[in-house]
Amino acid sequence: MSKKNLIGLIVLIAFLLVIPRFFGNPYYLGVLVWSGLYSLICMGLSLFMGYCGQISLGQAGFYALGAYGSGILTARFGFEPWPALAVALVACVILALGVGLPTLRLKGHYLAMATLGFGVIIYVVADADPFGLTGGPSGFSGIPKLSVFGLALNDELRWYYFVWATVLIFLFFLLNLVNSRVGRALRSIHGGETAAKAMGVNVAKYKTQAFLLSAAMASVAGSFYAHYVGFVNPEPFNLELSIHLVTMVVIGGVTNLWGAIAGTVLLTVLTEGFRTFFKEYRLLFDGLILVVIMLLFAEGLFLGAAKKVAALVARASCLRSRRRPGASTHSTGNPEAAS
Amino acid sequence: MDPSTILQYTFAGIKIGGIYAMVALGFNIIYNTTGIINFAQGEFVMLGGMFMVTFSRIMPLGAAFPIAVLAVVIVGCFLERATIWPARNGSVISLIMITIGGSLLLKGLAMKVWGKSSFPLRHFSSEEPIKILEATIQPQTLWIISVLLLVVIVLALFFKFTLTGKAMRACAANRPAASLCGISVDRLVLLSFALSAGIGAVAGIVITPVTLVNYTCGSMYALKGFAAAVLGGLGISTGAVVGGLTIGLMECYGAALPFQGASSYKDGIALLVLLIFLCAKPSGIFGRAAISELKRF
Repeated sequence: MSKKNLIGLIVLIAFLLVIPRFFGNPYYLGVLVWSGLYSLICMGLSLFMGYCGQISLGQAGFYALGAYGSGILTARFGFEPWPALAVALVACVILALGVGLPTLRLKGHYLAMATLGFGVIIYVVADADPFGLTGGPSGFSGIPKLSVFGLALNDELRWYYFVWATVLIFLFFLLNLVNSRVGRALRSIHGGETAAKAMGVNVAKYKTQAFLLSAAMASVAGSFYAHYVGFVNPEPFNLELSIHLVTMVVIGGVTNLWGAIAGTVLLTVLTEGFRTFFKEYRLLFDGLILVVIMLLFAEGLFLGAAKKVAALVARASCLRSRRRPGASTHSTGNPEAAS
Repeated sequence: MDPSTILQYTFAGIKIGGIYAMVALGFNIIYNTTGIINFAQGEFVMLGGMFMVTFSRIMPLGAAFPIAVLAVVIVGCFLERATIWPARNGSVISLIMITIGGSLLLKGLAMKVWGKSSFPLRHFSSEEPIKILEATIQPQTLWIISVLLLVVIVLALFFKFTLTGKAMRACAANRPAASLCGISVDRLVLLSFALSAGIGAVAGIVITPVTLVNYTCGSMYALKGFAAAVLGGLGISTGAVVGGLTIGLMECYGAALPFQGASSYKDGIALLVLLIFLCAKPSGIFGRAAISELKRF
């Protein structure tokens, strides 16, 4: 793990520990729990999108599988929450394998469209309820609370710590992964698929693994969702959510795990803060963000905007030094960024 | 199952399959000139239906039809100029992301303009079913079939005999070479968006009397049209028509299967076909693997 990432992790942990002192209100903590759940999904998605150059438009489907799997097994079949989570996870990964195996060997859009279809179909099946398990459009409740080491997660603060602890564990794991042999292979795929293949990297295998990991993380988040809310219905798991998740990743910059978390928290807080606005304009907002960021800030809003600003500063100071002959030619900004 | 029931399902399959075929044609046109899959293709279908519903309130259907198509063509051109053109040198993944963003924008705008409810449209001619061999066929189905035929014939003539059509085929075969021959690829990309927006709109207009239209209906058409395009071989027009009709028929026969909840799995069939074909023969029925290897994405 690089020093930068280690410092980042320490700062994040300190930040997370301090937040409840200032925002102890259950409502604010709830928003942060949601941010944490989405962060879990978006970290996996970021790994997959950023390093494999693929788009998954079905993360809401995997999220739904986790939620329905955990919900149905615990509420209807009397499973304990943790084994239920494991069963849902395995089922989700198997289904992801079914979608990913045929499409990831191929070029491009096939996976995007297949995952889109997958998400839509999970939604349709949950809504139509062919086996009398999902409760149809109105869903079902009675999902028990989760407990960790005998400690029941029965208030927002505990959920906050629990979800963000999970996020940190996964973040630590993913940061290590990115800087490992596997990570180097993934980055080589990102750099150029043909070149990676020529170097002996099994591109299809790594892509499939990254895809399965992203599906598994979405499933875990879904299981937490079911236990956190105690109620599951199809409405939240629509196609819009899948695209919203992609938007969160794109805002932060696709190849940046930190960016994925930052983008997720930003969008979740914004969506919650301007609830009435987003109820009407979420589609337009997401569409605009995707288009604008792809056109202007390919590296994500934070890094891209920072570079743009640095370039502007550099250019401004350049102009200033040109106007005053004899002044120092050193600029405060990054001169390379200006070119 | 007796023959007349089978015939009945066949009519239903051809009806919806004709729509998928038109969506697949739209995918192919843009794919051939740009090498990207336009995720906003389904939104063109939805917009066609929406504009038609609006215009049909103030004018006869015959007049509303071309105006609605024109409106969607303008939207398509605008979408291309505003989002695809500025990113034309970007990577394919960013272009796809942009078409996804574009589809959201169109969907979001449609929701603001027309609201969240579903709209009906009156049938083009009488709703009196016609009896054929013990089965009945709605006149609207005949409309859909004839419109599909017309679209296919016009497209075939366009690609075969006009200079622009030939240029588009050249662009599909080899983009840099076409550009070196003095073909303005830029303008062809715009034209391909206009064309596929138009075809999408036509599909949306003819299906709306049967299925209603609301702002979310586009993604399902896009998914199934894409499955149809892959089934026939991405980029191949004959393949799009065969693929579309096949998927439509499979859906309708699948819904008739005698097990519980079969009709709710109907929507899954297209995806299943897509996955099976991608496993077995990714280049589709009419495609050749060597050609798809050469594509940019």
